[in-house]
Amino acid sequence: MRDIDVSVITDEIEKMCMHANRHLPKDMQEGIKACRACEDGPIACTILDQIIDNFQTADKEEVPICQDTGMACIFLEVGQEVHFTGGALYDAINEGVRRGYTKGYLRKSVEADPIRRGNTGDNTPAMITVDIVPGDKVKITVAPKGFGSENMSALRMFKPSAGLQGIKDFILETVENAGPNPCPPIVVGVGIGGNFDHVALAAKKALLRPVDSHNPDPFYAALEDEMLEKINELGIGPQGLGGKTTAIGVNIETLPTHIAGMPCAVNISCHVTRHETEVI
Amino acid sequence: MAEELRRIQLPLTPELAKTLHMGDNVLLTGTIYTARDAAHERMTENLKKGIPLPFDPKDATIYYVGPTPAEPGKVIGSAGPTTAGRMDKWAPEMISLGARGMIGKGKRSASVIEAVKKYSGCYFGAIGGAGALLAKHIKKCRLIAYEDLGPEAIRELYVEDFPVTVIIDCEGNDLYKSGRAEYLKLHNEKKQ
Ligand code: SF4
Repeated sequence: MRDIDVSVITDEIEKMCMHANRHLPKDMQEGIKACRACEDGPIACTILDQIIDNFQTADKEEVPICQDTGMACIFLEVGQEVHFTGGALYDAINEGVRRGYTKGYLRKSVEADPIRRGNTGDNTPAMITVDIVPGDKVKITVAPKGFGSENMSALRMFKPSAGLQGIKDFILETVENAGPNPCPPIVVGVGIGGNFDHVALAAKKALLRPVDSHNPDPFYAALEDEMLEKINELGIGPQGLGGKTTAIGVNIETLPTHIAGMPCAVNISCHVTRHETEVI
Repeated sequence: MAEELRRIQLPLTPELAKTLHMGDNVLLTGTIYTARDAAHERMTENLKKGIPLPFDPKDATIYYVGPTPAEPGKVIGSAGPTTAGRMDKWAPEMISLGARGMIGKGKRSASVIEAVKKYSGCYFGAIGGAGALLAKHIKKCRLIAYEDLGPEAIRELYVEDFPVTVIIDCEGNDLYKSGRAEYLKLHNEKKQ
């Protein structure tokens, strides 16, 4: 057993919330620059230049890249030999978010109740996902997620007869419907399989992968490339004003599923796709 | 489509709005007001009760933004546009009251486009996700109403050379439709 005081988790999350909101991950920076190099639309080139200027400014001046500093999506992979001490783990996570968003001058975007609304004032509660894994380490991923893109995401319970074509059409349809709203260029996280709840989580986890990475299964890796190409033929372009760069990447995650179904979730993210990971 | 940058001094009178065309890149200077969903809802609810708007709507421009808090010594935090479509429910009423300019990102409904045409307004697009850059053009910020709404409170901003693109002009042209169509046409011609 390895004892870890939960205050260590709080401190780490506090730092990560601030850092993730100010510094776009390298994979995203490189991905956007690569898109700029291939872009052939005149308006699109100007917009991509400003998007690059924006994340470089945020990086240098230590300010939030975007004003929507998101809901704090926190993923923990906890080694089963870890024993947390000094308090409740979820409280410690939320305390880290509270401090990071307050000290970091990040926007507090969380409403206490979905219908009756009311800002909680400190961006808690976080959206927490904990997985138990072998070992004695804790892997923390912080991924602030804005809602301009979250709102354009979709989930559909396909029947197996819809086949691969059904999935392809759904991904394209979701990106088409999103149009300019999710601040293109976007990152497309796709979950296929599992059940209603797990497919959505798979799509979200797909967004945690570096944008230039591929699914380890060559079949899905090829599908990622194919969908990226098809999406970029739509011509939506940066900010929806026309261009080649509609998406920077497509990441697909899959799960085994039921004989009667083939769920698919498409989680849209924007050019400010933030994620960072630390291992304790 | 004009490539030149044009400087515009606010307020946005109907006469001025009529000179703006879809695709124009313009730099706005003057006073604008921030409002998002919660502020729009409260403003229109208050109007029903006879409580006036917290700012004079005549020729006003509303910026759909919820900025991050200002760090000490700074005017404002990051301040890029939010998705404008969420304000479609209230925008025609705001336009009919005199607020002619809107700054946001994303598609608008047919009823908003109609109102822009009818009252000679303009929907400007600012780059979504470019909050760090856009904040540099905001020179003054003053909270004027609904403080309890936090990031959704109404603020009066003074902007200088704030970069926007005319998305919907007062003839009802929509750059989201034309910009993409134009790109695809060019792109397909190149391919052949
Ligand atoms: S969709 Fe992304 S880039 Fe656009 S406003 Fe939201 S967080 Fe920012």
